[in-house]
Amino acid sequence: MSSIENASRRKFLTGGVVVAGALVLGVRYTPKILSGATLPHNTNADRAKLNPSVYLGIDPDGTVWIVASRSEMGTTSRTTLPLIVADELDADWNRVKIEQAIGDKRYGDQFTDGSHSIRSFYDAMREAGATARFMLIQAAAKQWGVPPAECETELHVVVHRSTNRRAGYGELTRAAAKFPIPAREELKLKPKSAWRYIGKGHVSYDLEALVTGKAIYGMDARVDGMVYASVERPPVIGGRVKSFDDTEALKVAGVHQTVPIDPYRPPPAFQPLGGIAVIADNTWAAFQGRKKLNISWDNGPNETYNSDAYKNELRETSHNPCKVARNIGDADAVFAKGGKVHEADYYVPLLAHAAMEPLVALAEFKDGKATLWAPTQSPQTVQDIVSQELGIAKEDVICHVTLLGGGFGRKSKPDYCAEAAILSKKVGLPVKVVWTREDDIKFDYYNAVASMYMKAALGANGKPTAWLQRSVFPPITSIFDVNAVYGDPPPLQQGWTDIPYDLPNLRVENGPAKAHVRIGWLRSVANIYHAFAIQCFTDDLAHAADRDPADYLLDLIGEPRTIDFNGVEYPNYGASLETYPWETGRLRHVTEMVAEKSEWGKRKHAKGSGVGIAAHRCFLTYVATVVEVEVNDQGEVRIPRVDMVLDAGRVVNPEATRAQFEGAAVFGTSVVRSGEITATNGVIDQSNFQDYPVARMGEVPSQTNVYIVDSDAPPGGVGEPGVPPFIAAFCNAIFAATGKRLRDLPISKLGFS
Amino acid sequence: MIQLKVNGTEQSFSGDPDMPLLWYLRDVLGLTGSKFGCGIGLCGACTVHVNGQATRSCVTAMQGTAGKDITTVEGLEQNGLHAVQKAWMQINVPQCGYCQVGQIMQAAALLKSNKKPTDQEIDDAMSGNICRCGTYQRIRVAIKTAAEEMA
Repeated sequence: MSSIENASRRKFLTGGVVVAGALVLGVRYTPKILSGATLPHNTNADRAKLNPSVYLGIDPDGTVWIVASRSEMGTTSRTTLPLIVADELDADWNRVKIEQAIGDKRYGDQFTDGSHSIRSFYDAMREAGATARFMLIQAAAKQWGVPPAECETELHVVVHRSTNRRAGYGELTRAAAKFPIPAREELKLKPKSAWRYIGKGHVSYDLEALVTGKAIYGMDARVDGMVYASVERPPVIGGRVKSFDDTEALKVAGVHQTVPIDPYRPPPAFQPLGGIAVIADNTWAAFQGRKKLNISWDNGPNETYNSDAYKNELRETSHNPCKVARNIGDADAVFAKGGKVHEADYYVPLLAHAAMEPLVALAEFKDGKATLWAPTQSPQTVQDIVSQELGIAKEDVICHVTLLGGGFGRKSKPDYCAEAAILSKKVGLPVKVVWTREDDIKFDYYNAVASMYMKAALGANGKPTAWLQRSVFPPITSIFDVNAVYGDPPPLQQGWTDIPYDLPNLRVENGPAKAHVRIGWLRSVANIYHAFAIQCFTDDLAHAADRDPADYLLDLIGEPRTIDFNGVEYPNYGASLETYPWETGRLRHVTEMVAEKSEWGKRKHAKGSGVGIAAHRCFLTYVATVVEVEVNDQGEVRIPRVDMVLDAGRVVNPEATRAQFEGAAVFGTSVVRSGEITATNGVIDQSNFQDYPVARMGEVPSQTNVYIVDSDAPPGGVGEPGVPPFIAAFCNAIFAATGKRLRDLPISKLGFS
Repeated sequence: MIQLKVNGTEQSFSGDPDMPLLWYLRDVLGLTGSKFGCGIGLCGACTVHVNGQATRSCVTAMQGTAGKDITTVEGLEQNGLHAVQKAWMQINVPQCGYCQVGQIMQAAALLKSNKKPTDQEIDDAMSGNICRCGTYQRIRVAIKTAAEEMA
């Protein structure tokens, strides 16, 4: 959390007070994109009369400037975090103006990933608002000669009831700025009963701009004199240009030049992949010129990568003892006794993000500094990679964050931003690099392909007496260390080492897998394949034991308890286990509630129709899902209804949260129906929405009911947790409807559509 | 020289006649409301109206636009917001919002020809428009809301 300081005082003391005049005013009141050289680091919040925090400023006209330091990719965090500030400030939302921060470490963590914007900044936002409110009250009390404790606030106004005096926030700013910043202990946060916005929420600050086409995404950024670039990259990761001929490319009208980009130096991390860029007057000319390039490639060592063979390798690895990540009792001893033992393999292929806005970045290198406008989930990472690639100081990289046309984790890896910066330096003009959809699909950082082996011995009432699970997947860490082959605690915590069942004998293992493509975070990450395996295997076992799947699931979750991670490295998504213990009672509660809301076991299902259930905790949020499907004789699957119950602790913006879970059902539908990226001889086979289909309107749930558990627990994540249990429940529903077990995704390969 | 009308204004174009309308709108005219999503007419993010018909501008070459009347989101409604846009706000449809302009243009064209579409007709008309955030459920509701508003 960044410290709160009185920036207006600091500037005064250091003589740096407001560079007054046309420039500042021009930038201040004209939110259009200007040339990089004239852009200041300061926000309007910084320049406001009262500025007790980097996140907040108030002007004498009563305008409240709130800085959105995290990226907006559709989760509404750009609105929801400022709502928390506004609530503690007791501000009128209609007088709030939101500004998007550039990448700057003074805002603390800006890495918008991992579903933690609210939980990591909830306290900081409340303190920012409460600090300003405290100072405004001090100013009014002094002005009226009354004790501050007798004053209160009421929507943008400080009030002294007994003398019926009132002063607006705007008129108090000058006086308030003279008071010292209160210590954190002096702040009095509002009681829940006084909250205006927290728990009630609000629609996106940008809503009207979004429906009128006025919203500016990375794809829409423009500066004067810019040129457009399209890059032909090595078709196999780690490949390089042997030779190239650009004669025909340069004949295309509008093409200016071609520029080579060096291949990365292993490990790839966030470096560009290299290749040949075509620079042109417009996007289309750049695309056309690129098609005319004649390039001879050296494909490098990943040329041997074939998905079918790789799948077999993963499976074979998973059938032999692997590295133990968690152990309770002695599962092998139980298995050795024989009896009723079940085993099954589960498989999830590589997945691409395919955000609707393909990757794009605009960069201008000028006078030794780089300025970027990019749809990025992590502007500070953009600063890092651009400074590294151009050999300039991190402070000389200014990264403006546009709206993101979807992110899902891909836009936290700024290889595309580095391309734009490198090209601008080489060309001497502002350059906008536009990725085609084909580039976006073929050069992704994919969600890992994973194979899971599951084994359980069943005892009385079908309950497992021993449980073994092994997952094998190429780890994300392989992009930073080419020799990394094992999952480290961050992916293993994701629904694997924290299997929530009350089991007397449990062994959790992870096996080695070498990556041949870039692996990265994708919405829900390892939870996708881990929850799929555990929750579908649970359903398998329920049927083997002739038990109702919901009852069986509850039986395995057991009585409410806190999971003991003694001896297990469990990062808990970066949160402490004291503040965010893993409480099986909460998982049990959402499971019971979803059974009730979906009328589990109470509704009759016709032939070809059925329901499936799954429960999962990830990103500190507990979710249970029931999916209902209808499957006809041709294997066509419809999803008439989905019920989801979530316990995310305190929910700041319920409307946005519901939207995230509705969207999670659609995202999960795409994974189950058709999500699959494969490679042949190291080249990705898919290229666009015809061979990497994502769910369309008629294919998604007709009705998704989202229920939010009312809770005062600390806030959890809401962007990702809806996806994993949906995937498993969907597959379990298809089993219920058809009797066919789906253990290899996607189901398009198993005769369903 | 290709003569066309964009949002009621006469325009002429003398560049590559194979250039798709989308890039003319975005890069030449600076009308960035219409989005690039796939480049091959599979996602609908680039949807505009050509003589009133919903059309994928990313696969419509400029040579095919001669004498045509093009409407983009910037020209969808002269006075305030179109009923579809109002419904989109009322139902709070957008998440990231990138595809929504294309969705809105498609929905506006649908409601022009079909005042009261059924669920199936909505699904059929909208199936060419992808939303990766997954706002389909709200889009369906918003189209019905707009239909009532326009009735």
